[in-house]
Amino acid sequence: MNGSVWLPLMVVASALLPGLIIFCLPEEKVRTRTVLNLAGAFSKIILTGWMLWGVYHGDRYEMRVAFLPELDLVLRADSLSLLFIALSSLLWLLTTIYAIGYLEGSPHRSRFFGFFSLCVTSTSGVALSGNLITFLVFYELLTLVTYPLVVHRGTEAARRAGQIYLVYTISGGTLLLLGTVWLYSITGTLEFRPQGILYSLDGAHYPALAAIFALLIAGLGVKAALVPLHGWLPEAMIAPAPVSALLHAVAVVKAGAYGIVRVVYDVFGIDFAATLGVTGPLAVLAAVTILYGSLRALAQDNLKRRLAYSTVSQVSYITLGVAIAGPVATIGGVVHLVHQGLMKITLFFCAGNLAETLGIHKVHEMNGAGRRMPWTMAAFTIGAFGMIGVPPVAGFVSKWYLGLGALEAEAHWVIFVLVGSSLLNAAYFLPVLHRVWFRDPPDNWPIERDFGDKETAWALLLPPVITALLALLAGLAASAWFSPLEWVKLIAQREFYHL
Amino acid sequence: MEAILANADWGVIVILLPLTGGIVCFLWPAVSKTAGLITVAAVVLAVAGLGRQIMEHGAYRHTVGGWGAPLGIDLFADGLSLFMLIMTALVGLGISCYAKSYFNPRDAVWFWPVWLFLLAALNALFLAADIFNLYVTLELTGLAAVTLTALTGRIDALSSAMRYLLAMLAGSLAYLLGVALLYHDSGSVDIATLAQRIEPNATVWAALGLMSAGLALKTALFPLSFWLPPAHASAPAPVSALLSALVVKASFYILLRLWLELFADFAEGVSTLLGLLGAAAILWGSLQALRQTRIKLLVAYSTVAQIGYLFLVYPLASASSGLAAGIAAYLAFSHALAKSAMFLAAGNLMRFGGHDRIADLDRAVQRLPLTVSAFALAGVSIMGLPPSGGFTGKWLLLDAAMSQGRWDLAAVMIIGGLLAAGYIFKVLGYAFMQAKEPHDARAVPAGMEWAALLLAVGSILLGLMASEIFALIHPDLVANAGGAVERVWTA
Repeated sequence: MNGSVWLPLMVVASALLPGLIIFCLPEEKVRTRTVLNLAGAFSKIILTGWMLWGVYHGDRYEMRVAFLPELDLVLRADSLSLLFIALSSLLWLLTTIYAIGYLEGSPHRSRFFGFFSLCVTSTSGVALSGNLITFLVFYELLTLVTYPLVVHRGTEAARRAGQIYLVYTISGGTLLLLGTVWLYSITGTLEFRPQGILYSLDGAHYPALAAIFALLIAGLGVKAALVPLHGWLPEAMIAPAPVSALLHAVAVVKAGAYGIVRVVYDVFGIDFAATLGVTGPLAVLAAVTILYGSLRALAQDNLKRRLAYSTVSQVSYITLGVAIAGPVATIGGVVHLVHQGLMKITLFFCAGNLAETLGIHKVHEMNGAGRRMPWTMAAFTIGAFGMIGVPPVAGFVSKWYLGLGALEAEAHWVIFVLVGSSLLNAAYFLPVLHRVWFRDPPDNWPIERDFGDKETAWALLLPPVITALLALLAGLAASAWFSPLEWVKLIAQREFYHL
Repeated sequence: MEAILANADWGVIVILLPLTGGIVCFLWPAVSKTAGLITVAAVVLAVAGLGRQIMEHGAYRHTVGGWGAPLGIDLFADGLSLFMLIMTALVGLGISCYAKSYFNPRDAVWFWPVWLFLLAALNALFLAADIFNLYVTLELTGLAAVTLTALTGRIDALSSAMRYLLAMLAGSLAYLLGVALLYHDSGSVDIATLAQRIEPNATVWAALGLMSAGLALKTALFPLSFWLPPAHASAPAPVSALLSALVVKASFYILLRLWLELFADFAEGVSTLLGLLGAAAILWGSLQALRQTRIKLLVAYSTVAQIGYLFLVYPLASASSGLAAGIAAYLAFSHALAKSAMFLAAGNLMRFGGHDRIADLDRAVQRLPLTVSAFALAGVSIMGLPPSGGFTGKWLLLDAAMSQGRWDLAAVMIIGGLLAAGYIFKVLGYAFMQAKEPHDARAVPAGMEWAALLLAVGSILLGLMASEIFALIHPDLVANAGGAVERVWTA
């Protein structure tokens, strides 16, 4: 099939072109901008669907351009990249709808949506990268295009937050670059391959390879918010809610986590990494991050910051699953890429709704919010239950597979981490839910906007309700053919373990 | 027609065109803008013609007036010279488009003839086949550059132009002494002949030291960079862009050429020293840039740092000199595009706000989006983040350093990149904010904004065209050390 070479490029372009056009649009062209945004998002979904169908039936889509002599830039759609692409296409559409509602009437929207599209472009590139250099290019690009979103409000606080964000992400990118170049100087190739590219190397390189692994993980760990590299994430909460939602659920943190999956499985190869003895420390680091993030979340009164620390904790489930060598744990980790995305974006949408509609930013102001905004808070509740791991929400499925996988790999300590983390998750979410549903609302909300008989604008309400339902569905129908879990099993079978 | 184009002496035309254009501009100031722009555009086409010949026939050698070496003047162009000519023509064109709207009529009268004269000198320099011609063209380049610096006639411009002039003269003098010594030792100034005769002895060592020091001074290699920041920062924006993007590259090219063909084999100690100074330049220049509160000075110090990267090539060159020269040329090109875009963008910001204080940029992101985009894109290349020429260049340098186990150099490059991110984003961060004391904004002509943006976009695109470019600077097309040019084509 000849056209298939272009499909990966078209997926990237579907976000890039609208973005570039939007930059040139005058501020008041709301309708044109909306049409462009939605056209981009829908065409990306259609292209993704096409590729999903093809890859399921065994097609491979690959595009190569020469970057340097003997080094290509490669875009390739395999089952793992499609998991990430599918997640990002779907959530891009919903976040775009949400952002249109959220930013209605605020200034600089052309700039905002332009960078928003570029952010999705880079995420698609990250997902479709077929080798480490391509990954690096898009990973760094993601840093650059998210910066204007973080400082979007243009206040001194935003500038500071942007500065912190850059210090972390650019340093991380540098470590990744260093590791990549070092790896290239040893191997002469950076291709992502099932089983990795290193197993045939001489034993004399092993110490260097372990150091490279540390560099790459440190570089990726900044975006994946591994402790102690997570400091930028709570600070970046200064950004508008749709940005936080996108950064946390789809783009930045996921790019880091996804990179870790790629490095462990397709660069080093899980067996080789285990031989090298680097997966154990990675698992411990992930476990520490999971517990630390949850502990810090307990103490936050600011709702978005609490969610941010929750992200720190939850994203590391992915790393944990990857680092426990074994197919079942891997399935649990990789599927959490999607599950955490659905649940976390729901929570951030809801936090944004509270802020926009009632002026609520703090947990202690949330008393009785469920009566004023039942739909929003119902979605919030589903998301929170998912995070805790209550069946049948998607989060339960992830934890179940992680636990089974840990037992299979005889890493019994992981069970304690999972239980401990679930208890902590409950400890920081259940009091919020109690306030929301069982306490009386105050006489006056901090800043209330009037939406008539509706609880808030439909563009703000629809996305969280949909994502909450999807999170529920991903758990309820986990064994249906269309569920993320089934697709991840396909990935594990094809790419990782050749079962 | 086709035959004429294929056989024309493009090397000579590339020099004569700007010279003629300069004279026209001088004699008829009324048409200087138009004549200047047309000339520069014509130079671009002539360089393209020369490029076609070189791609088809290999390196180019032309004997002016039929008098060959050692008596007459030879013109010589291989892939490396061609690449420098392309850089000069394209960046020059971008800056010319900008200058068209920038200068008031009084300054324009002087700018165009001197700039075209500078262009002729630069082209002649890149085409020179012997070290004496290199001296002559270097001197002409320096004089034209100093004249441009003093163009506005303001006090600060004059004093920094004076300092610049003294540095230039000292540099040329040292270089000329070296030339004399080499001539005394080997009886020739032709590079190809020298390459066959040269042997390490005391005279050659003295020549090497003098020439390297002189050229390092002219290229503003740390710690000989003291003259650069004031000169580059006080000049008008298009002039700063020309100086930073092109003029410093001229003396760097001479050093690279000498190294490639004469000295590389026996002067490893000096290579190490040059690399060390380059590393120091990266750190010192970046730190100074980070401390600046004004954009133009910041950009000027950034040039000091970026020049350091060029010199890292020397200690890494020993393994494969052809590739190393390619990397240096590529880095120089990418820096030329990015730095000219940055100076032009800084010029726009100055025109817009009447000042270049970083803390008072006052929402330039909204009010001058094209200019800030230009600055940001050029900044991406300067920081060495992908996708950009700066990234590809840094990647190649890092790869070379790692393969040779030079961790110290790799570390310096990495730190330099981080510091660069620091000073670039310092500017961009304030561009998002409202200033404490808002001021009236003056309009910036669209042509000036677009010129800066196009150069910046060029620095990004360069990163995606690396494989084509390295085909151009392929060792086959670059004269090898020892002067053995395999495919010389004589017009």
